[in-house]
This record gives sequence, structure tokens and C-alpha cells, in this order.
Amino acid sequence: MLAARDAMHPILRTVLQRLALGLLTLFIVSVVISSLVEMLPGNFAKRILGQAATPETVAAFEKEIGLDKPALERYFVWVGDVVTGEFGSSFTSRVGYQRKVADLITPRLKNTLFLASMTAVIAVPLALFLGILAALYRNSWFDRMVNSATLTTISMPEFFMAYVLMLFLAVIWQIFPSLASVDHDTPLWERIYRCTLPALTLTLVIVAHMMRMTRAAIINLLASPYIEMARLKGMSKSRVIMRHALPNAWAPIVNVIAFNLAYLIVGVVVVEVVFTYPGIGQLMVDAVRTKDMPVVQACALIFAATYILLNLTADIISIATNPRLLHPR
Amino acid sequence: MNDASTLAKVPRARRSKAIAAWRELKKAPWSAWFGMIVLTGYIVVALFAPLIAPYGESEVVSPGSFDVWSAQYWFGTDQLGRDILSRMIYAARNSMGIAFAATAVAFITGGLLGIVAALLRGWVDQVASRLVDAVMAIPSLIFALMVLAIFEKTEVYHIILVIGFVDATRVFRLTRAVAMNVVSLDFVEAARLRGEGTGWIVRREIIPNIMPPLLTEFGLRYCFVFLTISALSFLGLGLQPPTADWGAMVKETATLFTYARDDFQAGITPLLPAGAIALLTVSINFIVDWFLHKTSGLRDGQ
Repeated sequence: MLAARDAMHPILRTVLQRLALGLLTLFIVSVVISSLVEMLPGNFAKRILGQAATPETVAAFEKEIGLDKPALERYFVWVGDVVTGEFGSSFTSRVGYQRKVADLITPRLKNTLFLASMTAVIAVPLALFLGILAALYRNSWFDRMVNSATLTTISMPEFFMAYVLMLFLAVIWQIFPSLASVDHDTPLWERIYRCTLPALTLTLVIVAHMMRMTRAAIINLLASPYIEMARLKGMSKSRVIMRHALPNAWAPIVNVIAFNLAYLIVGVVVVEVVFTYPGIGQLMVDAVRTKDMPVVQACALIFAATYILLNLTADIISIATNPRLLHPR
Repeated sequence: MNDASTLAKVPRARRSKAIAAWRELKKAPWSAWFGMIVLTGYIVVALFAPLIAPYGESEVVSPGSFDVWSAQYWFGTDQLGRDILSRMIYAARNSMGIAFAATAVAFITGGLLGIVAALLRGWVDQVASRLVDAVMAIPSLIFALMVLAIFEKTEVYHIILVIGFVDATRVFRLTRAVAMNVVSLDFVEAARLRGEGTGWIVRREIIPNIMPPLLTEFGLRYCFVFLTISALSFLGLGLQPPTADWGAMVKETATLFTYARDDFQAGITPLLPAGAIALLTVSINFIVDWFLHKTSGLRDGQ
């Protein structure tokens, strides 16, 4: 066993370690999420069915949604369900009529992923471009302007930006629709057109963060001695950037992207509600309002898993591209 | 070092500190000044809300709903006929106070735990860090939503505790990291060998040395907490009516957007509370940005 571990390539070992750590985090998250429901005060079934429900109906309902089993067993049933892609049934189920959480979530998740990837496609190249530019010409008027502008957008609530865009681009000049209502047979172009405003809002939210972080990462890098050395040798500016800075910049840049895509997750909730976009964020908010715990749990788990996965990917890419991380202590 | 000598030194040190602070303030950039003036304005409005507001917080002043802007009701009235300006003034008090309480909870629990983890290391640190990692893997708004789903009716202290707890994890991370650096320094070791208790070491050696990054973090955290609480209220899951809150007011008046083409004033009414949030957080960020520049600049110079 030990010999096999020593023979393993150091990259592979680090990657496996990170994977294991990610799985451990996911496990703790699942325990946290499922134990929260156990703290639910009062009898849940009674609250859903109303005070007039007879004990028999309550018992039948509890049996239907699995509330009659002990907490530990329920946790394992839930984890088993999640692993097989099921999330149990919604509390809006009634006796004889089951609503699967997975069926509720799948179309919503697709919509959210569509919106998120549309935003990422616009935001990532834009932010990297602006960030590198601001780092190269730091303390110039361009850098200062971009710096104040991004500091301002970072501090604003998402709904403020969403409503400003909506006011000008949808109500006063009616260029885009103010509500992004799509369903599964909306054609692609129509879908993109309707998603413009939400995607634009999210872009504004994350470009600022991503750009500032890219700028900081690049400036940090440009201050290192070997860049100084390359410059003193008389290398051209572009060659210093392309040959010396960029290979070492991939790790921080990938981290920045992953961090901001994770940040996108939170922005999505508010933006979906503003534009009544049928995504998973809105589903979660509705479920919180109606206290539909299985749906809330499933959404929370999906959000958390995405977050963990993004960070894990960033970690692994950083390891694979950064020569210094190849030899951990 | 005896007590008398420390007492004698305190006043002089404090006066020179105040003078130094004033000198720094005079050199502050316009953005920091802007931030400080706006923040002071907000605090004054929040403290003296009942004196400034023309009407009561949930007082119905007009029989109709959504009255237009007038001399009587500066920003019109909302869907129930309540004066929007008055509600915005009261909301300053509610929103800012609750965000402050939540941030304070986050700093007291997260900060103390962070210092303890850095001091004790070992399994306490391991357990706390893994748990914090797990909670941090759930975005804070999502976590807050999930916890608030449990309560039948959202109370103010639920929000303060939930947001405070979630943000405590972020504070824990930072405090632990900066405290870790200080704990390993010689003067802490010297104090320990001298036989000082853990409490004394935390109070007199560690806390003064980790204060600048924590102060900056307090400003940033306050903004995040403020934005999270407004987002919750906007989603209808934060402060419950009739309590005035900027986030909730945006939601309540959002229908006015549709009239923006005919009546621009009505159209921008929902943006007023949203703008109030934006202005506050931008101002705090300006101050923090200057402070950060200041403290990091000092570190480079040393």
C-alpha cells in the first residue's frame, strides 16, 4: 500500500487528495443540510395538511413522504436517493399523487445552466481582457476609471442593477423584454434574446469582481524578481507577458474564474426573481416560502455541489499548470 | 512593567494618535471623504428617524395607493397609501441596525473562535476548520434561505443569528490566518513563559496586533451582510411587514416600473430604496478601500 503510494506521480497524489477533501466537504454539507430539517419545529405533516387533518391522514401523508422513519435512516435514504439522481418527493405531494423533486428540478436546472453559461461566455473574456489591460497600465487614467467603476458596481445590490437595466432597456426604450419567460420549446435565438437582460445584469455583477481579481493577480506576478530580470535583459513587453508572466498566471486566473462562477450562483437567485426567469433560484425561493423542505434541500445541495465542484476544478487546474505546486511539501 | 508606568503613558500616546489620525484624514482622497460624509449622514438619519420623518413608519396617510410625487408626499405613497419618504427614513434605522447586529455577532463568534483555534491548534483547530469549510461551501444567501425555511415566521433575531452565524465562518478563516502569524512570534512566547494566562495573551498581545485587517474586514463584511439582508427582504423572506426595509420596499413598489414611459418620477420610485442601499455600500467600500491602501502601504514601507 505504502509502496504503491510512493510510486504514484506527485500530481496524481495531490489531485486525489483534493478529490478526497472535496468528497469529505460534500459529505459534511449533506449532513448539515439534512440535519437542519430535523430541527423543524412542530409537526410538519400537520402544518401542511391543516389543523383539521385526522390522525389517519397525517400518518398516511407521513408514510407517503417518508417522515415516519427515524432521522438516521432518513438521512441514508436521502443520500441513496441523491446518488441515484432522485431527490425524494416534494411536500406538495398528496396521498396517491406523488410529485418527484427531480422532475421539478431538472427543467429549472437546465434553464439556470443556460443563463449561467451565457453570462460566463460574455463575462469571462471581457473581465480577463479588462483586468490584464488595467494591470499593464496600472495607475493610468484607464486603470483608475475602471477601478472606481468596478468598486461601484461591486457594492450595488444585484436587484438595483437589474432594475436600472430594466427601466432603461425594457421600459423606456423597449429593446428587450422585461420578463424573461421561457419554456422548453422556446427556440434558441428567442431564448437568447429573452435572456439578454438577466445575462447582462449578471455580467455586470461578476465582471467587476473578476476584473479586479485578475488585475491583482497579474500585478502580483509582475512584481516577482524573474519578471524584473526578463525586463532588465531588455526583452520586449509583449514577450515578457507571453513567455514569462502568462504561464505562471494561469493558476490565479483559473482561480478567479472559478470563484466568480461560484459567485454567479448567488446572483442567479435574485436575478431570476427580478426577471421571473424559471430557473432553480426561483424554485428555491418559492420552496422556502411554501416550506417545501425536500425541494429546498435539493436546491441547496445542488448549489453547494456546484460550488465545491468549481473550486475543486480550479484547484486541480492550478496544480496541473503550476510547476511549483507539483512538488508539495 | 508595572501598572503606574503604563497608566502614565496612555494619555500622551492617545493624544499623538488622535493628531496622527487627523493628519491622515486631511490627506485622505476625495472618495474616502465622500464615503465618510455619506456614512455620517446615514447614521444621523438612522438615529433621529422619528424626528426627521414627516409621517409614521406604517402610518396610512392616503386613502388611495401609489399617489404621485407631491409637496405633501415627496416620493409619493406605496401600495397601502403609506408615505414612501418616511418609510425610507425608518428603513435606514431598521436595515442598518440589523446589519450591524448581524456583523457584530459574526465578529464576536467567528473572531473569538478563530483566535482560539490559532492558539490551541491540534484537534480543536482541525474540527473547527473542517466544519467552517463545509459551511463555507454553501453560498451564504443559499444557507440563509435554507435555514429561514425552517422557521414558521421570520423574526428579526432569526435573521441576525442566521446571517451572523454564516458570516462568522468567513471571519473565522481570516482571524485564524492572521492570528496564526502573530501567535508564532517571540513576544507571545515570552508572555507565555512569563506565566500569563490565555485570556491575557489574547487581550493584550493578539487582539491589538490583528486589529487593522479585522477592521477592514468589518467594513467589507458589513457591506456583504447588508446586501444579503436586503436580498432576503427583496425576496420576501427577510424583515416582515409592516417593518420598513429598503430591500422589501423595492419589491413592494416594483409595479411602478411599468408607468415609467408616462410618468418618469413614478418609474424611478422603486429605484430610490435600491439606490439608498447602493449609496451606503459604495460609501463604505470607498472608506475601506482607502483604509486598506493605508494599512497595506504601511506594511510595504516597513
